[in-house]
Amino acid sequence: MRLYVILLILMGTLFGVALMIGPAGIAPLDSLRALVFGGDGPVPLVMREIRLPRALLALMIGAALGMSGAAMQGYLRNPLADPGLIGVSGSAALGAVIAIQTGIAATATLALPLSALAGALIGVVLVLALAGPRGGSLTLILAGIAISALAGALTSLVLNLSPNPFAANDIVFWMMGSLADRSMTHVWLALPLIGVGLGMLAMMRRGLDALTLGEDAAQAMGINLVQLRLLLVFGTACVVGASTAVAGAIGFVGLVVPHMLRGLVGARPGRLLWASALGGAVMLLAADSVVRVILPMRDLKLGVVTALVGAPLFLHLIYRTRRGL
Amino acid sequence: MFGAMPRGAAPFTSGSMRSSRAIFGLTLSGVLICSAPVMTHAEAPARVVSMNLCTDQLAMMLAAQGQLKSVSFLASDPRSSAMAEEAKAYPANRGQAEEIYLMQPDLVVAGAYTSRATVALLQRLGIRVEIFAPVTTLDDVPAQIARMGDVLGQQDKAAEVITAYDADLKAFQNEGGRSPTAVLYEANGYTSGAQSLSGQILATAGFTNLADEPTYAWGGNMPLEVLVMKAPEAVITSRPYPGGSRAEDILSHPALRATQDRRANASVSDSDWICGTPYVLHAVAQMVSLRHTLTNGED
Repeated sequence: MRLYVILLILMGTLFGVALMIGPAGIAPLDSLRALVFGGDGPVPLVMREIRLPRALLALMIGAALGMSGAAMQGYLRNPLADPGLIGVSGSAALGAVIAIQTGIAATATLALPLSALAGALIGVVLVLALAGPRGGSLTLILAGIAISALAGALTSLVLNLSPNPFAANDIVFWMMGSLADRSMTHVWLALPLIGVGLGMLAMMRRGLDALTLGEDAAQAMGINLVQLRLLLVFGTACVVGASTAVAGAIGFVGLVVPHMLRGLVGARPGRLLWASALGGAVMLLAADSVVRVILPMRDLKLGVVTALVGAPLFLHLIYRTRRGL
Repeated sequence: MFGAMPRGAAPFTSGSMRSSRAIFGLTLSGVLICSAPVMTHAEAPARVVSMNLCTDQLAMMLAAQGQLKSVSFLASDPRSSAMAEEAKAYPANRGQAEEIYLMQPDLVVAGAYTSRATVALLQRLGIRVEIFAPVTTLDDVPAQIARMGDVLGQQDKAAEVITAYDADLKAFQNEGGRSPTAVLYEANGYTSGAQSLSGQILATAGFTNLADEPTYAWGGNMPLEVLVMKAPEAVITSRPYPGGSRAEDILSHPALRATQDRRANASVSDSDWICGTPYVLHAVAQMVSLRHTLTNGED
């Protein structure tokens, strides 16, 4: 319980910090006052239409990626599982790019996140099918590499075929992710699916705890493994699809956060779910503040910071689990 | 050859317009319509190929009938070219050395940003290549026209275009009145400052460009927050391309729209803004009319 309180306080603090950082250089107190009370002039506009959606998206997407990483690692009993690394984010980006370039995204409000969801669904189903029920590290990572590469290549192809000369430059955004210049529209686009997905993943709590004893034991305890698998597949597709549709593919959050918190929840994967959601929000709020402190006038991609933190940890995990490879 | 009215000239034919713009529209169209080949000099190249959007337009304006063999594919795209209609009369090239060589040109005109490898290859094959640097000020436009006239051997025609251009430009510079604030804003938040051609168009039309920090002088990315804090009276955006892109999302951001709530309609920079040709004066005229809308009743 104390862990949740600490994470919540940390998250609240970083949310406030994220609201106060930006290239416009507004005094911190003025900015918060304008956010809450409004008023005339450009400051409330900056706070309510630019910084607030950005901070909200960092919080939502961080929570989504953190929890989906924890769920995936718990289900596959493999610390290397992360939606970004195994190609689910990449497939979601492909779905989003296809929706935008074909014009489907403009036809209905939720068309963009839903087609990103469809992409993520294909990615996660492919990975789970290729990696097999045991989710051995080697097959999982190899399947992830193949799916990431394929989705990335197809995304680049679609963007290069676009009649829009700026589309090809967007490849960096779809591969590395960014929250720059997002608006409340994007918050409302992502919120429903992230909410549904988080709910589905949270329902895996008991099943994941039971699964630590092995599949047979879990079944004997009355856990429906088929249902558990479906919750993982659809929950992950929902949260990763919605997140990627508005922010691009942000990697490593789902890898780093569960790893850091696992020891603090007594290594119980069920408890790790919500802890990782809070931890993911903390990590992404911090990362999005860091990109704005390092290069305030430019759009440094979020994936750069998360990868700088996550990739060394990933190497460490591979080193530790290499006997299993 | 120039029978069709240039696309940007359409606004000038509408009834409600200021006298200066009317005069300008007439003189420019007059020069363009006058397409009968003026005396061609002895050394004039007979087969000219243009590889760059801006040299395309200058060459189409000045070349004698049959002298220009091909223009770049961008010249017929109305989003980037002010002479898209005229360009349809010419075979298009995509700037590949192979296709250009097969056209057997005796002169190739190219821009400074044309692939160096292609230019070097063409030169090695013995073809004369003239490189035109991009124009960054309105005062450099006559020199650019004159140079194109020289290399094409069409000095007299160039002189005519320059005379009309100078007269039209002078008319704008004599305008007085209040100077409203504005920012040019394109995909990815790209803005252009005082050293850029777009910035000069804006300044000539009587606007105060709020992107006045040195980082934006030649052009740079301005975060949306900074733009909103500057609260310009007018934001001149680019028209999004079809297909959609993340880079252009910023142009439909609610915060940007909110700053422009009081404006009747958004102003858009288009093909007239891109190249240092007499068409930049269309862009100036468009901005002058925007300024008149903004300062209506004040002066």
